[in-house]
Amino acid sequence: MSTTKTKKVSSQSRNRRVSLGVTYAILIVLGIIWLIPFVWILLCAFRCDYQPDGTFIGRVTSYFIPKNFGFKNFTDLFSATYYGVAKAFPRWMLNTLIIAVVDCVISTFLVLSVAYCMSKLRFKLRKPFMNLSMIIGLFPSFMSMIAIYFLLKSVGLTGNPAHPEYSVIGLILAYSAGAGLGFQIAKGFFDVIPNALVESAKLDGCTNFQIFRRIILPLAKPIIIYQALMSFTGPWMDFIFAKVIIGADNPSYWTVSVGLYSLLFGTHPDTNLFTQFAAGCVIVAIPIVTLFMFLQKYYVEGVTAGAVKG
Amino acid sequence: MASKVNKAPKKKENRLRFPERIGKAFSSFVKRFVDGSLGTKLSHFIFGAGNFYHKQYIKGLLFLLIQVGILALMILCPSINNTPYGWKALRNLSLKNVSEGGEFDMNTGTMLPPSDCKLMILFGFVTIAMIIIYFLVWNLNIASSYKADMDRKVGKKPSTFREDLQDLLDGKFHALMLTPTCIAATVFTILPTVFMIALAFTTYNQHDMNDIGTNLFHWNGLQNFRAVFTGEGSLGVEIHHRFLPVLGWTFIWAIFATLTCYFGGIILALLINKKGLKAKKLFRTIFILTIAVPQFISLLAVRNLLGQYGPFNSLLMDLGLTTAPIGFLGLNPGDSESLAKVMVIIINMWVGVPYTMLMTSGILMNIPSDLYEAARVDGASTVKMFFKITLPYVIFITTPYLISSFIGNMNSFNSIFLLTGGGPAYPGYQAGGTDLLVTWLYKVTIDQHLYNTGAVIGIMTFLITATITLITYRRSKAYNEEDTFQ
Repeated sequence: MSTTKTKKVSSQSRNRRVSLGVTYAILIVLGIIWLIPFVWILLCAFRCDYQPDGTFIGRVTSYFIPKNFGFKNFTDLFSATYYGVAKAFPRWMLNTLIIAVVDCVISTFLVLSVAYCMSKLRFKLRKPFMNLSMIIGLFPSFMSMIAIYFLLKSVGLTGNPAHPEYSVIGLILAYSAGAGLGFQIAKGFFDVIPNALVESAKLDGCTNFQIFRRIILPLAKPIIIYQALMSFTGPWMDFIFAKVIIGADNPSYWTVSVGLYSLLFGTHPDTNLFTQFAAGCVIVAIPIVTLFMFLQKYYVEGVTAGAVKG
Repeated sequence: MASKVNKAPKKKENRLRFPERIGKAFSSFVKRFVDGSLGTKLSHFIFGAGNFYHKQYIKGLLFLLIQVGILALMILCPSINNTPYGWKALRNLSLKNVSEGGEFDMNTGTMLPPSDCKLMILFGFVTIAMIIIYFLVWNLNIASSYKADMDRKVGKKPSTFREDLQDLLDGKFHALMLTPTCIAATVFTILPTVFMIALAFTTYNQHDMNDIGTNLFHWNGLQNFRAVFTGEGSLGVEIHHRFLPVLGWTFIWAIFATLTCYFGGIILALLINKKGLKAKKLFRTIFILTIAVPQFISLLAVRNLLGQYGPFNSLLMDLGLTTAPIGFLGLNPGDSESLAKVMVIIINMWVGVPYTMLMTSGILMNIPSDLYEAARVDGASTVKMFFKITLPYVIFITTPYLISSFIGNMNSFNSIFLLTGGGPAYPGYQAGGTDLLVTWLYKVTIDQHLYNTGAVIGIMTFLITATITLITYRRSKAYNEEDTFQ
């Protein structure tokens, strides 16, 4: 009796060990598959190979691991003139940084204010507002993109020959103006904050503004960080909207993703620029990924808040 | 709403049928006019009159300024690029042939032709928006005066401007908080959407305008929509022949992309959260990389990795598995369309699976462990427990996510645009083999300037997603029992 029991236990633990081993194996294989493209881009960025006749190999090569490593792609990237813009890459980085910071502030403010109203206040036009924002959200954003361009152009905020820099303002407006309609995730978060908290504050004579400032905002730190992260990283990832709004003929005010994309597919595509593209990707990706990893907790919180409540 | 008691009657009031609501609004409107003081009656014609009557000068002045401003715009018709606002814009909007809508030049005494039809339509809608705002403010100004009347009646003093401002921080806090979004969203989201919808009923595209050699177009009713089914007209060929194939593929893509990422994500989450597994955080970080890295980087990397001259094809050739490079992503003419379709679905898992993994991790850990223990006592196998406990539980909680990710996938631009660019191409058509409605829309509007065709595709996309959402969302608990959560 006792021997069968120990046998059973040991076979159970062996089973568990086997299944754990299988899990490790699967995860390691998947992990490698997940990393290969990133490793490859990293290797390409540091590739410093030359052809026998001395010309630099910047295109996609058939071999995975470079023969020589160096920083040439990075130094070239920072000094090169693209589309007639001297030192274009640092400029694009700066443009994107400015746009991202301003967009982050405006969008986060708009989203929080709308989400708070929708979640904690009750007023006449609340349901119509929510329905309207949902309906508008169902139109593909690419449809109205060109209309936003026409609109901005008619007031000189883009495609303005006298002031090409105004298109940066136009892009910031295009990014952040509609942000308030994307309040659903933040609303889902506010909904979880107990109403009793708000009501007791009201009994103590707090105005709605005070409740928002003193009670809701301190509790809303995770969702503020989530919204700020999303709106800050947006301009670094978008390569379509920025190009349409700023215009293909205005390369000095492009964002970095438009610029990098254009190195491969622009009006003068040059297959030999692939390694410089890779170097640019590494420079863009490192800060974004770092930011993301640090704020991962908040990202997960935001994503789940939005998904489960819908 | 302080208590549940308050909520119940309010809900009933919301359920009033539409005609009743109109009737109610009308009777209260008449009542306001009859009962109101002289100021309130005057407010129906001159904005702010009632506020002046009640000595609320600043508020009255603000109302008056809005009235004068909008009326001036309507009558004087200031114009930009020869395109007027105001009543002339409305007239332009109603013309069958928009090219008639010129501007009379006082200096030369001639008609200047309009330079740009799209501005005429845009300004027409701006004017309509102005008129709507005019009536909203009109109603607001009467209401404000009537409220002061009522305050007087019960012996209170009408609120001062300072009190009104303070009320913005409390009772009217929502007005303060929503105003920026209302203005910004009207200008940059609603107006452009309405404008594009209008373009679907015009002849506005590069092709037709080049034929005429002008910047002018005209209304053509439902002709563009009819072209989808009959193939008539200059753009009928493209949209008629490619609409159904693209629509079909969009659905197939959305179904497969959603299901593969969903179940893949749940399985990955189970693997990572397995008891006794070490380095959970490391694995998680590796998988999250595809969320953190901008997609134009990660997907373009994959595209080049799998490309004709890329390392993957040369590896396959070195191994002797193939003699010529395989066109995985349909980038060159003659590449296989089915292979490209399979590849985008697989590669999309690389991007989409970690997302579900992140989301379901938390849910998996919340499954009551006694459920599993009871099952184990009954001798259930791991596989059985997965299908009988884990999966139903996760699906139950994440149904809203499943729906929204289905719609998200229908509009998933990056995965297609960056990987295949819609290829393999169909010679003579814009939409390639793997194009979704949304990438087709992009190509048609941005690359080809076929604005009316693009608008038709956009409206069709909207109708499809709206139908799906309406059916599922209206039924969901999150919508119907919103208040029960709190």
